[in-house]
This record gives sequence, structure tokens and C-alpha cells, in this order.
Amino acid sequence: MSQKQNLYGVLAEFPTASAIYHACEKVRDKGFKNWDAHTPFPVHGLEKAMGLKPSKVPWIVLVLGLSGASGGMLLQWWINTQAYPLVISGKPLFSWQAFVPVTFELGVLLGAFGAVFGMLFINRLPMWYHSLFRSQRFEKVTDDKFFISIEACDPKFDPTATSKMLTELGATHVELVEQ
Amino acid sequence: MSSNHSKAINPSEVMLPQSHWLSKTPVVALVLGLVALGIALAMSLGSHEKVELLQWSFHTSYLYFLSMALGALFFVLVQFATRAGWSVVVRRFAENYAATLPLFALLFLPMLTGFHSLFHHWTGEEYKADPLIAAKSAYLNVPFFVVRGFIYVLIWSIIGVYYYRNSVRQDETGDKSITVKLQKSSYPSIALFALSISFCAFDWIMSLDPHWYTTMFGVYYFAGSIMVVYALLLLTTLAVRGRTKMSHYVTVEHIHDLGKLLFGFNVFWTYIAFSQYFLIWYGNIPEETLFYAKRSLADYGGAQWLPWSIALMVGHFAVPFLFLMSRHIKRQPLLVGLGATWMLIIHYVDIHWLIRPNWVNELNSFGIIDVLTLVGIGGLFFGVAGLLLKRKSLVPQKDPRLTESMSFENM
Repeated sequence: MSQKQNLYGVLAEFPTASAIYHACEKVRDKGFKNWDAHTPFPVHGLEKAMGLKPSKVPWIVLVLGLSGASGGMLLQWWINTQAYPLVISGKPLFSWQAFVPVTFELGVLLGAFGAVFGMLFINRLPMWYHSLFRSQRFEKVTDDKFFISIEACDPKFDPTATSKMLTELGATHVELVEQ
Repeated sequence: MSSNHSKAINPSEVMLPQSHWLSKTPVVALVLGLVALGIALAMSLGSHEKVELLQWSFHTSYLYFLSMALGALFFVLVQFATRAGWSVVVRRFAENYAATLPLFALLFLPMLTGFHSLFHHWTGEEYKADPLIAAKSAYLNVPFFVVRGFIYVLIWSIIGVYYYRNSVRQDETGDKSITVKLQKSSYPSIALFALSISFCAFDWIMSLDPHWYTTMFGVYYFAGSIMVVYALLLLTTLAVRGRTKMSHYVTVEHIHDLGKLLFGFNVFWTYIAFSQYFLIWYGNIPEETLFYAKRSLADYGGAQWLPWSIALMVGHFAVPFLFLMSRHIKRQPLLVGLGATWMLIIHYVDIHWLIRPNWVNELNSFGIIDVLTLVGIGGLFFGVAGLLLKRKSLVPQKDPRLTESMSFENM
């Protein structure tokens, strides 16, 4: 049991993009939840093979974008009609036309913040250390090798059975990685 | 990973089947178009005011469908200029629409009868003394106007037919150098297109109100036309996909991309439309603001057009912006088709709103004559495009980038 507590999970190496694609389909169908695929370049359709749910980032962008836009309009309304009313070129104090550029820009700015920081937050980045970096072979992930990692915290995880399964799925090398 | 498509194209698979409903409609559309124009003419002859209504209505419908053909021409040119891979499977539809431009050269001729109605604001003797119009007379005079008009339609017809001819020739020969040749000629063509569409918008729409001027107007008409062409390509794609093998070629990925571009260029239209309004509102110069006054303020005869202005703000921006934003909607053929249909309709509202408030007459409201000219010019436009559609392959079957296009996927 002590071995399992120290274990991060199992790391399997695949030689080609199509090998990892088909392996991902099998891992998905077996019902694993806490696992990931690592590739040197984006593999088209891999998110479908992994059964990933649509990203939550668009919702963060929507909420922040709308708050940015409405906040921008509100800010200008408050400045121009409450805090410091000043008639400019004879136009009404609340001239929404003049406020559109700032409203738009703040909507875009907060939307962009939502996209970048929302993505970082959901990915739990920045992360200074990751257990997979213990593996020497994993360095090849930025070169020409493809990896699937299944974490020990997955309810279906079993060190020997999961390793055996990954070998059967075409992994050329399987290793256990410690925390 | 994409599924493996076979590399060899079966030529019979990419032709419109005889049994498909679209192979019967072009002739019906042509006949219907001619009949509608005939009825419109018969209803108008005899009364001076009704002839004038017909001229305004014809002008509106002409510029509506012309914007589609010009948008299609620009789409084709940009695909070649950027060596686009994804769009090859839908490019032939745009080539067909762009090849209808000689029809618009022909339909340009009735505009030349409009100097005492459409363009009377600057052709009439009583305006010679108007200093603003006198200052523009070096540009805005009848002979130069006519010459320019012929130059525009000539440029468009030549480019449109040239791209269609060469593309269908590649279907037979498979000559890859045609792609290179069309790419090279796309750059000067885009320059000619940009100049001709801008000046055509100045001449044919902006001059209807000769006091008013905005340097953005060429871009405004262009923004509408490039937006509407994606709606048109989407609907064409959806119509052709049913009951043909085309669904192997044009997948939901291409529909998604056309939807994205429709959404994007609709936002571009909004950006241009608002910027134009914004600068005029800020500057507050009488001859500029009058354009918006005539379309919104009751004192300037704008009560009739206020609902149209609001319809544009809501229907051309707010509704499609929210509706077409979602990825799920853009990947659902029925829903994105609904969005495209909406954009086709609202684009007509835009063109009508640009042109018609310049005519002060109690007959001037959307009515039966407008329906007839829409069916008339639309029937001829879709009839000719439909004949071209069934005449040749539905995709550029020997284009070197066809396989790349077929296996295209969004991330």
C-alpha cells in the first residue's frame, strides 16, 4: 500500500500519432477519468478520442467580457453625469455614442484576460514541478514520442493491471512514476 | 485524426444529379424573373410617379444582388491570393456567382434612364447654382458617370468570367499551373476590385444624396457584400449537400468555418457602420448629419425610416451577434442556415435603408413593386448561377489543394 501512496501514476510511450490516437480511444472507453495524453504537436481530433468535455474557458470569457463592457459604460456614465458633469461640444451629458469605444475596448480587454488567465487557472498553471518530469524518457515528448499518463488517483487504477493494459494497447515502453 | 478520403475523385460524384431539385430550378427562376420584371414594368407604365418608383425599386434590388456577386468575386480572389486550402470545396459556388457579373453589366443599362429621377439631385439645372454640387461637378457629371459605370461593370465581368473559365478548364486538364496563374492575377484584380467597388458605391448610392459625403462609404458597401456572400455560400452548400455525394466533400467543418466568417464579417460591418455614424455624430456638420436625420428624425421626414434604422441596429448586429456566437450553432446545419437566411434578409433592409430615404414621395414604401424587382433580378441572378452550377463539377475536382480542403478540420 505504501508503494501506491507514493505513486503518481503510469507513463506509457507510443511511437506514432495514430498509435496514441487509438490507444486514447481505448483508455476512454475503459472509463478512466484522471489521465492525459502528451504529444509533441497538436494531433487533430485527439480531444474526441480522449472524450474531453468542451472547455469552460468560453463561459469565463463571456462573463468577463460582459462585465467589462457594462462596467465601462457604467464608469463613463458615472464620471460624465455624476462625478464631473461637463458639457462637451454641446452634446448631452450622457452621450452613449461617445462611450462606445471605451465600452468596447473594456469588453475586449476583460474578455482577453478571461481567456488567458481562465486558461491558466483551469490548467493549474503556472506549475513549477510535475511528477512526470522524473521520467527520463518523457523528455522525448518535445521531440518525437507520444505519451499517455494515467494517474494513481483514478478509481480504476492498479499498478500492474493498468501497465499491462497499456502494453496491450501498443505502448513500446511502460513505467511507473513516483510522486 | 481525419478519416482517410480516397484521393481519386469520381467525376460523376461531383456533378449535380439530374434528379436533384436544384437542376430543375434555374430555368424556372429565369422565367419567373423575366415575368416578374415584365409585370413590374406593365404595372408602372403610364404614370410618371410609378415609373419613378420602379426605377428606385430596380436600383435597390440591383445593388442588393450585385453586392452578392461582388462578394463572391472577392471571396474567389482572396482564396487564390492567400493560397487557401480549406475553402477549395466551396470555391466553385463562389466562382459561379462571380461569373454572373456580365448579367449585372446588362442590368446596369436601366440605371442610365435614371438621370431625371434617381440622380436628379445633381443632374437637374436648378442645382447648378448649389455651391456644394458645383464644386463636385468635375467628378459628378453625366458623361463621366456613364463612362465610370461601364468601366466598373467591365472590370467585374472580365475578372469574374476569367476566374470561372480557368477554374473549369482545370477540371478537364488538371493543369496545376492554372492555380499559380490565377494566384498571380489575383493581386492586381483585388486592387481593381477595391477601387471599382468603392467608386461604384460613391456613384450609385452616395450620389443619390449629393450633399452628403463620407470617405468610408466604399468600405461600408463592401462590408455588407463580403458579409452576405458567406450567408449565400452557406445556403448554397446546404442546398447542394442534400441528396448528393457532396457531404463527403463539404463537411460540417467547412460549414463551421463559413459560419465563423459570416459572424466575423457581420461584426466588421457593424464596426464600419458604427464608425461612420460615430464620426458624423461627433463632427456634427449639417450636410453630413442630414443623412442620419433623414433616417431617424420626424422633422426631416425620418419617421418612416426610424423603424428601419432600429431594425438594422437590432437585426444586423445584436441578434446575429448573439445567435451566431456559439460554436454549437455554427456546427448545426439547420441553425446556421437559419442565421444565414436572416442575414440575407437583413442585408436587403440595409440596402433599402441606404437608397430609398433619398426619394421623397408618398409611394415610397416597401411594396409589391419591390417584391417584383427582387424576384425579377434575383430570379435572373440565381437562374444564371444555377445553370452554371449544373453545367460543371460542383467542386474544382482537379485543384491541387482539393484533398487538403476535404480533410480540413477545426481544432
